[in-house]
Amino acid sequence: MSDLGDDTVPKLPHGVKFREDKARGGYILVGPERIYNIDGVSVEILKRVDGAASIQRIVADLATVFTAEEAVIRPDVEAFLIDLRDKQMVVL
Amino acid sequence: MSETLLDERPQANAKPKPQPPIGLLAELTHRCPLRCTYCSNPIELESRSAELDTETWKRVFSQAAELGVIHLHLSGGEPCARKDIVELTRHAAEVGLYTNLITSGVGVKESQLDALLEAGCDHIQLSMQGADEEITVAVAGMKGAFERKQAFAKQVVDRGFPLTLNSVIHRQNIHQVPTMIEKAVEFGAKRIEIAHTQYYGWALKNRAHLMPTKADVDKTIEQVEEARERLKGTLVIDAVFPDYYAKYPKLCNGGWGARTFSVTPSGKVLPCHAAETIEHLEFWSVSDHDLADVWYNGPAFEAYRGTDWMQEPCRSCERKHIDFGGCRCQALALVGDAAATDPACVKSPHHDRIGDLARSESAYVPDPTKVSYRLIGAA
Repeated sequence: MSDLGDDTVPKLPHGVKFREDKARGGYILVGPERIYNIDGVSVEILKRVDGAASIQRIVADLATVFTAEEAVIRPDVEAFLIDLRDKQMVVL
Repeated sequence: MSETLLDERPQANAKPKPQPPIGLLAELTHRCPLRCTYCSNPIELESRSAELDTETWKRVFSQAAELGVIHLHLSGGEPCARKDIVELTRHAAEVGLYTNLITSGVGVKESQLDALLEAGCDHIQLSMQGADEEITVAVAGMKGAFERKQAFAKQVVDRGFPLTLNSVIHRQNIHQVPTMIEKAVEFGAKRIEIAHTQYYGWALKNRAHLMPTKADVDKTIEQVEEARERLKGTLVIDAVFPDYYAKYPKLCNGGWGARTFSVTPSGKVLPCHAAETIEHLEFWSVSDHDLADVWYNGPAFEAYRGTDWMQEPCRSCERKHIDFGGCRCQALALVGDAAATDPACVKSPHHDRIGDLARSESAYVPDPTKVSYRLIGAA
């Protein structure tokens, strides 16, 4: 089941930054008074959220990298991005 | 993904190697056009002539980024009272800090806002003393402040930048909590902090004028919960409730020397912004020490870090890694011993006394002419 259209382009809004956390290791998504530790596949998803790539392109790219079916990956990618949207950390 | 919301991830070991800090509160100046009765600045405000210069603040920000600080809160006083605020913001952004400007909004010109955003300011936090002019004037002591704040909020939102409103709640404005939340939506803010007054600095001095009743506090808890559910996806509401009526103390700053720290206008490095009230502590200055040296070795940071300093009932308490015995400054202010259990804790032998104190002060009818408006700030 798909909630987001293929052409949806996720982006980080003003005031949200995704970056490496050199002092502690790993990656973080930073917003006002909020820091989320990002790990595993989530890092790969957010690396592809550049304000230009569509959901479809992100999923296709991840499917290639992880040699997995797009249909298997897509629900996870969408759920992750929708959760971040609800936290106002991503715009869809 | 795991969420590490500020103040919710205490460290577990008794004598841990300190983690790097995540947040730095830079009090750039104590000067402020507002005179809020709840101000958390110390009663002894630092003068303009004692303030760090531009180059020193830049060096501090570079060291903070190197040390691992993620959020830099540019605060005061009114940070925009510094002529170099744009230059400082630009430098902070360049070294990779997430810059959060905490402002009253009343003296910020539109051109200055544009320059700040262009310089890389990530987020703006605007103080809101009331939901209308009348209450705003009564709290902040400045005519026309509400209108100016409203205009400033619009300027930020019109430029597509995220805005948080920060409302410090007390008996003068507690009845306006629902209206303040509606105003936040109307202004286009993404987030509002409904933060009950913490009693330090000027707020401690004015406590009898500020303390709300338990019934009013309980009502705001319900109002916040209702609004939070209704406005999901529109407005994030963060709430801080007053600990005088609580059962357990707050996890102050995520633990002493554990997550965040402050630098005063003159460069003193403090474990929390109220720490100078603990007079026996030795505070190092950024003029003499690298920030990392202060964080890892400064005696004021070592004093109450971890759990070794604890006495009973904290020492054997199963909650000692949850709240670290609460707030050291509050323990000193209310019990006379900074190493005592915060009396907000039900296990403190003084717990009943602060509940009684809150109840009696909230029942007292204050004479508004006796409230102490903070000073604008020495020149």
